[in-house]
Amino acid sequence: MSNANEQMAARYKNNFLKEIEEQAEMGEWVKMCMQCGVCSGSCPTNFHPGWDHPPQEIFMMIRAGKREEVLTSNSMWMCTSCYNCYVRCPRKLPITHIMHGIAEYAYRLGVAPKFQPTLHLSQTFWNNCTKTGRVNEVKLTQSLYFKDGFMAGIKKGLEMKDVALGLVKAKRLNIMEALGGGHKCKDIKGIQAMLAKAKELEAKRKAAKAAA
Amino acid sequence: MTSVVATNQTILVVGGGISGMTAALEAAETGKQVVLVERNPWLGGRTAQLYRYFPKMCHPTCGLEINLRRLKANPRIQVLTLAEVTGISGTKGDYSVTVKLTPRHVNENCTACGDCGKAVSAEIDDAFNYNLGKIKAAYLPHSMAYPQRYVIDRSIVGTPEADKAKAACKYGAIDLEQQEEVVSLKAGAIVWATGWKPYDAEKITPYRYGEFPNVITNVEFERLADPHGPTGGKILRPSDGREAKNVAFIQCAGSRDENHLRHCSRFCCMGSLKQTHYVQEAYGDAGKSTIYYIDIRAIDRFEDFYAKVKANPNVSFIKSKVARISQDKDQNPVLWGVNTEGYKRYSNPHDLVVLAVGMEPSVKGVDIPAEVMADSSGFIMADPANAGIFGAGCATNALDVNRAVQSATAAALRAIQVVNKVARAEA
Ligand SMILES: Cc1cc2nc3c(=O)[nH]c(=O)nc-3n(C[C@H](O)[C@H](O)[C@H](O)COP(=O)(O)OP(=O)(O)OC[C@H]3O[C@@H](n4cnc5c(N)ncnc54)[C@H](O)[C@@H]3O)c2cc1C
Ligand code: SF4
Ligand code: SF4
Ligand code: SF4
Ligand code: SF4
Repeated sequence: MSNANEQMAARYKNNFLKEIEEQAEMGEWVKMCMQCGVCSGSCPTNFHPGWDHPPQEIFMMIRAGKREEVLTSNSMWMCTSCYNCYVRCPRKLPITHIMHGIAEYAYRLGVAPKFQPTLHLSQTFWNNCTKTGRVNEVKLTQSLYFKDGFMAGIKKGLEMKDVALGLVKAKRLNIMEALGGGHKCKDIKGIQAMLAKAKELEAKRKAAKAAA
Repeated sequence: MTSVVATNQTILVVGGGISGMTAALEAAETGKQVVLVERNPWLGGRTAQLYRYFPKMCHPTCGLEINLRRLKANPRIQVLTLAEVTGISGTKGDYSVTVKLTPRHVNENCTACGDCGKAVSAEIDDAFNYNLGKIKAAYLPHSMAYPQRYVIDRSIVGTPEADKAKAACKYGAIDLEQQEEVVSLKAGAIVWATGWKPYDAEKITPYRYGEFPNVITNVEFERLADPHGPTGGKILRPSDGREAKNVAFIQCAGSRDENHLRHCSRFCCMGSLKQTHYVQEAYGDAGKSTIYYIDIRAIDRFEDFYAKVKANPNVSFIKSKVARISQDKDQNPVLWGVNTEGYKRYSNPHDLVVLAVGMEPSVKGVDIPAEVMADSSGFIMADPANAGIFGAGCATNALDVNRAVQSATAAALRAIQVVNKVARAEA
């Protein structure tokens, strides 16, 4: 267990709901859930066996104090942001955002599941687009295709070849991006400074909450 | 011209459902003068549109019958049907009210013989049966309607159809010259008892009401089960007329939902528990009911009723708010969701789905022609700012018949106090 994680576990001993309310973004909404089940019934995660728990179950587990199981679960990472749950919830819980808030909290504590594909995608995407302020699609695709090794990457690339050619023809994909060309922000330094500042502010806010 | 005798010691009751009738009777039986204004051509309100009512499973006509007898025996109550209040001015103890009267085109001579109905061929929607069928444009709203007097629908007035009806009447009861009129009257206090309306189920889009024929509402189901209803009391599927033996009930359809009605409608758990009896009554052990619920709210003395339904092996309970409904090739509605006891997902086909839609106050979105305080759901609150206007029954809250009647009696008492004060001041 990481250090931050141990500290939080000790501080909120036996009150995981309070921990989520105070530390995870949108966590204060969890207690509003009345366990009606509409979100779970609406959630595509629920219809795929590889996905641990639908949202209503996650909310119940939070109340039941199943800290370890919740934070290390892949559920929040599997949320597709389809917003089915969000629009149907009779208590108007911003479920999609709560799922993301808990995911981010688990990540911050260093207990998010390792090698989780959507977590990997999020990181790769962030690193990619913050470099120039625009997504370099060719490099993003490359890093995703080759994440499981060279041969797997080639195979995936060949599979998707026709799609890629179609995108190039429609001017949706610029192959020059492979060499560092393609679209970029005009003021790269500026956007990076902005993002750095935002990150600093957010980190400060969260650290203050964690220290409170 | 319709003449109405009223002074500032008169109590005006708006809405002639069970609550309005009760308030009117309670006040009149203490000696007060009462004017009862009802929008429909008949009294009784939504209670009259139920097949049976809980907890005793008796027919509502029975309870209404007693009230009608009291009403007929009481000369102090003037009943105005097809009437709506259009304006209120003045203050507590001294209101001036205008009431718009829509012509019925049938006068007191009517014996309800039915000849006019036989003579016309034009048809209109059967409002009493929630438009599930059609009726003739010269009609008695329902068999127990009070007043027992036919109505000539305005859509045929001025056409040869109306002339046919008039020619058929042996009692000279049909008057096609009647015009809409506005009468003014005085009142010392007003009881507002306009009741409720079923929540518009089409707004709950994942349930596809209005699109899938075999998804209906609880008020419609009452009419299907009633021998006086459009199917003669047979529980049949609207799509193909087949017997519906495997019926699902979806609780909180529109209630307890920030996207629809915020409040718990209170009667609908009991309503569905009651309706499982209809399925059992119609098909015996072949009739299966499944209730999908968040939690069952059978309050206080109704717990017994719930326990008995629960003990019936033909009724199952699934703790889940249904997420959505689809339809298979035989037009069976298929319910999708997760059973929160064990987190098991389901997709269950049924013959018929009944949405337990909630109660919306009928005053919501309607201008009461006076300043009246309402809560966030639109129900009339007890507030001193309402002065001499008192809410009663489902206009004030989602209530069952018993509680509606209690609330009506309370409103009548408040109204009586106001007119008593007026009487003392004038003495
Ligand atoms: C499916 C279903 C099943 C139910 N089953 C039961 C049961 O088994 N037992 C039980 O106790 N309760 C039951 N209820 C509840 C019951 O219907 C209500 O408690 C009852 O109708 C309340 O009576 P009310 O007079 O307050 O309102 P209403 O019955 O709505 O009467 C209001 C009257 O006012 C009139 N009106 C409306 N607006 C105006 C206006 N502007 N001007 C003049 N008149 C107006 C209406 O036409 C109506 O006649 C059930 C409800 C539903 C939906
Ligand atoms: S839909 Fe909303 S209230 Fe219902 S279980 Fe999900 S989060 Fe809770
Ligand atoms: S937004 Fe996420 S949690 Fe909600 S239904 Fe879609 S996938 Fe499930
Ligand atoms: S209006 Fe005349 S014909 Fe029609 S039911 Fe009444 S008495 Fe009979
Ligand atoms: S009475 Fe039952 S069905 Fe009706 S709103 Fe309340 S909980 Fe839902």
